[in-house]
Amino acid sequence: MVQRRSLLDIVPHFILALGVIIIAFPVYIAFVASTWDAATISNGQMPLWPGPHFLENYYRTIFIGTAKTTREPVGIMMLNSFVMAMCIAIGKIAISLISAFAVVYFRFPFRMAAFWTIFITLMLPVEVRIYPTYKIVADLRLLDTYAGLTIPLIASATATLLFRQFFMTVPDELVEASRIDGAGPMKFFVDTLVPLSITSVAAMFVIQFIYGWNQYLWPLLITTSDNMQTIVIGIKKMIVTQDALTEWQIAMATAVLAMLPPVIVVVAMQKLFVKGLTETEK
Amino acid sequence: MSVRHILGAAMLATSALAGAPAQAQVEIHWWHALTGANNDVVVRLADEFNASQKDYKVVVAYKGSYPDTMNAGIAAFRAGNAPHILQVFEVGTATMMAAKGAIKPVHEMMKDAGEAFDPKAYLPAVAGYYSTSKGEMLSFPFNSSSSVMWINNDAFRKAGLDPAKPPKTWPEVFEAAKKLKAAGHDKCGFASAWITWLNIEQFSVWHNVPLATKANGIDGFDTELKFNSPLHVKHLNNLIELQKDKTFDYSGRTNTGEGRFTSGECAIMLTSSGFYGNVKANAKFEWSNAPMPYYPDAAGAPQNSTLGGASLWVMGGKKADEYKGVAKFFAFLSDTGRQARLHTESGYLPITKAAYEKVKADGFYKNNPYLETPILQLTNKEPTENSRGLRLGNMVQMRDVWAEEIEAALAGKKTAQQALDEAVKRGNEMLRAFERTVTR
Amino acid sequence: MEKRVTFNGRLLPYMLLAPQLLITLVFFYWPAGQAVWQSFLIEDAFGLSTQFVWFENYQILLSKPDYYRTLAITLTFSALVAFLSLSLALLLAVQADKHIKFASGYKTMLIWPYAVAPAIAGVLWLFMFQPSLGLVSHAIRALGVDWNPVLNPDHAFTLVVMAATWKKIAYNFLFFLAGLQAIPKSVIEASAIDGASPMRRFWTITFPLLSPTTFFLLVVNVVYVFFETFGIIDATTGGGPAKATQTLVYKVYHDGKLGADLGGSAAQSVILMLIVIGLTAIQFRYVEKKVQY
Repeated sequence: MVQRRSLLDIVPHFILALGVIIIAFPVYIAFVASTWDAATISNGQMPLWPGPHFLENYYRTIFIGTAKTTREPVGIMMLNSFVMAMCIAIGKIAISLISAFAVVYFRFPFRMAAFWTIFITLMLPVEVRIYPTYKIVADLRLLDTYAGLTIPLIASATATLLFRQFFMTVPDELVEASRIDGAGPMKFFVDTLVPLSITSVAAMFVIQFIYGWNQYLWPLLITTSDNMQTIVIGIKKMIVTQDALTEWQIAMATAVLAMLPPVIVVVAMQKLFVKGLTETEK
Repeated sequence: MSVRHILGAAMLATSALAGAPAQAQVEIHWWHALTGANNDVVVRLADEFNASQKDYKVVVAYKGSYPDTMNAGIAAFRAGNAPHILQVFEVGTATMMAAKGAIKPVHEMMKDAGEAFDPKAYLPAVAGYYSTSKGEMLSFPFNSSSSVMWINNDAFRKAGLDPAKPPKTWPEVFEAAKKLKAAGHDKCGFASAWITWLNIEQFSVWHNVPLATKANGIDGFDTELKFNSPLHVKHLNNLIELQKDKTFDYSGRTNTGEGRFTSGECAIMLTSSGFYGNVKANAKFEWSNAPMPYYPDAAGAPQNSTLGGASLWVMGGKKADEYKGVAKFFAFLSDTGRQARLHTESGYLPITKAAYEKVKADGFYKNNPYLETPILQLTNKEPTENSRGLRLGNMVQMRDVWAEEIEAALAGKKTAQQALDEAVKRGNEMLRAFERTVTR
Repeated sequence: MEKRVTFNGRLLPYMLLAPQLLITLVFFYWPAGQAVWQSFLIEDAFGLSTQFVWFENYQILLSKPDYYRTLAITLTFSALVAFLSLSLALLLAVQADKHIKFASGYKTMLIWPYAVAPAIAGVLWLFMFQPSLGLVSHAIRALGVDWNPVLNPDHAFTLVVMAATWKKIAYNFLFFLAGLQAIPKSVIEASAIDGASPMRRFWTITFPLLSPTTFFLLVVNVVYVFFETFGIIDATTGGGPAKATQTLVYKVYHDGKLGADLGGSAAQSVILMLIVIGLTAIQFRYVEKKVQY
């Protein structure tokens, strides 16, 4: 019986291991590429194992940049990405919490209209209205600023919906109790509702941090100066070259660095991440 | 506009790192598309200019590929946020020229600013491309190149070919490619980067056949494409045939396939002369270059080649003292010593006659004949109606459409005639769409 | 669906809603309105001359086979990615649901691609399959297949599908795993006693019980392919060759690029927005139903 079991176990182990290998392979190759020199890669002679240029490539990537001069080093790009991801995540959560609170706990004219106004945008990504949005951000003189980079992405039907659903499950007795204590709505919100929502908030944070970090088309259009570049954009610009060699080793080192923060967040906060994902999207 | 600019500058200043210099300086923004060593050249030019005087400060920003940079410039102009100097590749020339009001013609700006400016000082083959028919320079030539044929000498010898006598005509190239293929280059005898630039645009010019009517669009926006001629069809047919057994191997619309030359996979590569720096740095074999091939039975071939690369456009609606700074900067760029150095370091063409003469007199080409190939090719003959240059609107998008049709033909889905007819037809539709927007 | 107990306040709820509404109005509705307006105009690249043409942009767009081809490509792309990533994710989830050692370790190792930006995923796959320097393309060519995604539309399409599938497996895996773990073990055990084989058990019991999850994932995957694959496509193929990998969203961006056809691009935006609003309505009914339980 025991033997039969362990034999049967081989099949799932085999399938899962294969899955893990296939999933990891592209990233492994990127890592290998980040440890070789440009000529080896561009001549198509890169082997399957890491090369000797690890330190040199990463040092150049993080502190110097692809060209010796203007292109910002990846360190600055990562900082920009971090600021953008944080602003988007925190901004989304903050405004969604209060708007969900308003919709759930108050009765006022145009309540449903307001809710629907937000809800319609649930699946309307910035990509489909990219040029007009760019124009508006330019008119507001927000090009090349963190505000322009983040505020247009902060409105969130997803988060509003999640918090609304969560608030619905909060027992009414808590409101009544808080009323008996003579607390006003804002006191209830701050003292009772927000502490109760803390897991939902954290879960939402993980999801939205990744969303912000991985933005592509929007920063591509609205950042013009080198020192506002985000890391995801940086990679794309390293690959497209005019009459010059693509420095794949630097591009790949950058790709590895760009993947690290969100991957670490997902792995380290796995439980919250899974909760956030399954609850927001359902 | 000016308020916007000040705000923009203020924002840049606040976001810039600490230690910004005195505030009185006028900032000049320059968006470019150059990477690698050429990017270093751009930055050094700006640094040198900034160090040479105190009134103006040139701020450079890399904006991605040529189309990306142009796209960013147009989007920024629409939003009232254009840079002062925008580097635009040669195919965007017609679009920029048509946009009166969006641009400030260089000759006009130089005159307004009182900078000494003699259009005759510039190489006609280069400056002519960016000038009106009256010889007024509209944009400032910066990095110019032409297309040449790059050769792997070692591979040639191995295949029993003499690299000192490179193939001159297309039939000779095909023969050489077959020999190279037999000698081990079985995946790629020869290849071409920039498929439409080399095989439609330069091809037409070099053979003195019209790409389009009205002198390839220079004489008017009501131009019509003509590159479905028997000669063009013959050439594409040859490529289709050779693609079948990889004597020719398609390598993409842009220069991404160039790596196949430096890696030794393809022993002949037709591409820009600007490939020089890359070859020098990465090819681990002996190499050379030669003029583009031609069909010997085509009357008048070879004619002269035309320009690639990019020029600097000055955007409209800026303040007078800003234009003054841009004019000073252009005068600074035209300096003979600087031009000579740019040419020998980057491999791009010199833009002034004096710089070319200086480099020649210094004997530089004796050791580096490969840098002179494109110049000799450009000036091979007095330009004709068909070879002065190209000025077609929506060119960037048209190139995509043409490439699409060529790709379909090379993949065996269409005949050469069908593909070129369709490319001409679709291209003409785009020309009409462009004409409609400019004449109104 | 309504709270019985509420607070009173006249101004307060509006103030609470103001930030969200303001941002939504300024960055969603205003640009959407602009897109509608733009779709009635023909303009030059720099916006120096403008002409009002009513529905001509729509007419031109809908009269071109190009648009329908892009639509067909988008749908095929969606179907393939949804099918592949759902079935692979289900396979992995079923294995991970078994009581084996290291199950949680496998789970961690399978979910992280969720965090990888689509554009970076595209770059990784491009790097492996690039004809001249890609490691995998060398291997494929050594096998005698003339791998060339820059010329061969099918190869390019395959590349984009692979990259998009790779990116989405993690997400689908998580949902399937959650779905599987929600199925009471007693149900499965009961059928095991009936003597049904594991395969049969899966298809007759487990799979039908998973169908709400599967349906939900199907919608999400389709939406994903429509919008989020932009980065993957831009980084790997740029929509080519011969527009074989151009999706509807990519076309909006591509046609508006360089200001070439802003009117046509805006018309496409408007059509897409209508589609999306339709999808949202469907999704909403689904969401509401779920909440009822």
